Amino acid sequence: MTKRRAVVIGGGHNGLICGAYLAKAGFKVTVFEARDAVGGAIARREFADGFFAPGLAHTTHVFQGVVDDLAIVTTASAEAAETIALDREGAHLTLTDNDVEGAGLPEADRTAYRDFVSEYASYADALTPLLTNAPPRLKNFDRRDGVTLAKIGWKLRFGLGGDPMREFLRVGGMNIYDILNEKFADERLKAAIALDAVMGHHMAPRTPATVLTYLQRRFARQKGVAVSVAALQDAAVRVGVEIRTNAKIDRVIVEDGKARGVVLASGETCDADIVASNADAKSTFLRLVGARALDGLFVHRISKTRTNGDVAKIHLALSAAPPFNGLSPDRLNARMVIAPTQQYVEHAFNASKYGAFTERPVLEIMTPSAIDTGYAPSGAHVLSVNAAYAPCALKGGWENDREAFLEAVLNVLDEYAPGLKRLVQSHEILTPVDIEAEYHMSGGHWHHGEMAIDQSFMMRPVHGAAQYQTPIEGLYLCGAAAHPGGDVTGLPGRNAAKRVIDTH
Amino acid sequence: MTDIDFKKILRHSPYYERLEPHSQTRNWMAWNGYKTPRVLDQLASEYFAIRSACSIMDLTPMEKYRITGPDAADYLNRLVTRDVSRLKPGRVTYVVWCNDEGDVIDDGTIFHLSEGVYRLCAQHHQLDWLMLSAIGFDVSIEKEADDVAALAVQGPTSFAVLSAAGVNSLDGLKPFGIQHTKCGGVDVTVSRTGFTGDLGYELWTAPENAHALWDAIFSVKERGLYDVKVIGLDALEMVRIEAGFLMPGWDFNTADTIVRAGRGRSPFELGLEWIVDLKKPYFTGKKALTQEKARRPERRLLKLVIEGNKSPANSFLFDRKNGRNIGAVMSTIWSPILKSNLAFADVRYKNGQPPAEIWAEIYYQKELQWNVSWARGRIEEKAFWSPERRTATPPAWTQ
Repeated sequence: MTKRRAVVIGGGHNGLICGAYLAKAGFKVTVFEARDAVGGAIARREFADGFFAPGLAHTTHVFQGVVDDLAIVTTASAEAAETIALDREGAHLTLTDNDVEGAGLPEADRTAYRDFVSEYASYADALTPLLTNAPPRLKNFDRRDGVTLAKIGWKLRFGLGGDPMREFLRVGGMNIYDILNEKFADERLKAAIALDAVMGHHMAPRTPATVLTYLQRRFARQKGVAVSVAALQDAAVRVGVEIRTNAKIDRVIVEDGKARGVVLASGETCDADIVASNADAKSTFLRLVGARALDGLFVHRISKTRTNGDVAKIHLALSAAPPFNGLSPDRLNARMVIAPTQQYVEHAFNASKYGAFTERPVLEIMTPSAIDTGYAPSGAHVLSVNAAYAPCALKGGWENDREAFLEAVLNVLDEYAPGLKRLVQSHEILTPVDIEAEYHMSGGHWHHGEMAIDQSFMMRPVHGAAQYQTPIEGLYLCGAAAHPGGDVTGLPGRNAAKRVIDTH
Repeated sequence: MTDIDFKKILRHSPYYERLEPHSQTRNWMAWNGYKTPRVLDQLASEYFAIRSACSIMDLTPMEKYRITGPDAADYLNRLVTRDVSRLKPGRVTYVVWCNDEGDVIDDGTIFHLSEGVYRLCAQHHQLDWLMLSAIGFDVSIEKEADDVAALAVQGPTSFAVLSAAGVNSLDGLKPFGIQHTKCGGVDVTVSRTGFTGDLGYELWTAPENAHALWDAIFSVKERGLYDVKVIGLDALEMVRIEAGFLMPGWDFNTADTIVRAGRGRSPFELGLEWIVDLKKPYFTGKKALTQEKARRPERRLLKLVIEGNKSPANSFLFDRKNGRNIGAVMSTIWSPILKSNLAFADVRYKNGQPPAEIWAEIYYQKELQWNVSWARGRIEEKAFWSPERRTATPPAWTQ
């Protein structure tokens, strides 16, 4: 019997992982990548001569189970163990997974933080059956859905225990702002935690259900490990995945409601029994499949999913180490955040609600050159900055405002690291519009669509296309547009492959 | 599009000033925001004007949309269940459209007015559904209810009346055909369409031409040639049931108004399989309808002739006297021309088969005292009433 043929659209981490699982299960798999290298959002990019950025995403959290299944070689963690909440005057806080310290931090907050992280770690853990399985459907419920639902219920009730479960159910739909105010007094601490709940989403601390986004990010961190693109690629190639770069897909061939293969931009056709799309839902259905092969309301619902990104990526080539006030250069390997108060984050978000960027951005800063050599020439440094809020749908467009936003970011950085501006040798700014164009992600959204409660679980990306299957037979979603969404876990890729293997 | 005066609770159609003097009963109702006659004079005389002479009805309130653009034909073919890709300019066709689950949203007609220019007529407001179905198509959709004055001229002498009113060369116009012509000195588009199941025409013109057109038609009556009578919606309700035409929202729940699961009805369930083409390119609901087609029928909307002379309005239906409940009557009339009770009934099937017997439990009053009786229903496959003159081309001058 000839091998069944599977085509994966998009060679990002989920595409490679999905392809590897399918190849292991006996499919003949080709992964098509539009760019010149695989890795998508986690691929390293050279933005100036001799200066490299780690890619769009600062960190990867590939689920341990995926790493084990595919024997992915993990590298020494590129993820910083510490987060430094920067203070303008140098009174920084240092947060780790189990402790926090810093000048002027009330002792009560320190104790509360230890309790908080262990409490929320258990909540994130309780989400495991929900986030690692195909989400149970509400309609056309089958046996697999029943098993998953039972696992979720069991884990919540008996994994957490009675009182924690009640508390979990209380906070699950709340905003992070209220929770943090319940627990802490120190603004620096609250804002540093809140940033993890909202960065990358069209959300601010007071947005409903930001506890859930926080927990999903925690879950990724707790259950994931850092992997390199090279390791992912090796793992895929090792099991027989064929990888083709510079191979943009023009459309999915649909005949009689079934996916039959893909047509490349070059005009080349590739037949397949299975097509797994690592592209976001809008790209997949509206562009690659096309409205004409789909039901009207389904197309409408896909077109109305919220996919507008709010974060710009800024890469700075510095001639020397960034001079952050009160921070010794040996601590540059930490992840740094600029979010002095929750109110500051909320105000920064206000602008984006009305189509403007903020003059006082919230920043997440990494200095990859302080972690590893090879990112910058000796003595020089690279600053990789996620800057929010920079709305995709900026009034008047980004064409004339890119530099203005960059200036706003540099101004804030310069307040925390006086003289930094003068060290900038060259720079790159990727607004959500640029991210969309370069990474083929609708709206330039990190997670291929808001991970809001109405676009999550059995409603991700919309009901009728959850569980990785789509209205087109043989077409699957294997990227962050599918459950459990973004955060570079590789779980959508794995779950989609499992669904294909179960179904075919 | 004309401005809407929201202070006026019900709008007046361009024909209102001509129509209003005919209303003896002042029995008005709202239809799509327009003041519309239910009955103008006597229901019986209006009914018989349709069946025996020539009736006039103001159709302006009907939902009308103009659909144009390079993808108009593809758009309509993706919208409706019937293959309309080969609908030629100058032709009209009856269609239904469904939601993703294959439940009917509404029915209507598509007019291919001229190359690439279409008009979709619908029972209910459809603009939102039409707009959201347009994603991915280069098409323009305009609501044109207020921009087109529409008049139905229906009945055995309708051809004669229009010819006498000066409409030339109608004799070659076949059923579902469109002709652009003149009448009363103004441009008018005539289609051989209608909701009566009889010989009849629908006349479409610009609002400013409405009076000239109306006057030209009524001049036929004033000259003593043929009677022309204005009718209201109650008479139309009688003849449409005789003709076997559905009324979405009454005979079945339209898909966009349903709250409870299972209350939607597919074209198959409404007996409209003949306008579902599962072989044409993808259309909204095709997947669901393909799956339904593979299953045994669970229910059908049936046309029933119910014996006796007692009205089976709102009756439950049973598989025998005092038997199992199998459905209910949706709409019914006593047909003066057929002398029997006609009904649309939602009937559950057993093992994919229609019930061997259908009995209506009829409650009726005699001098204010309630009684119950049973009447047998017989399934009618075709239209209850379909005279030869409906399709005869050329039509006779008098019938």
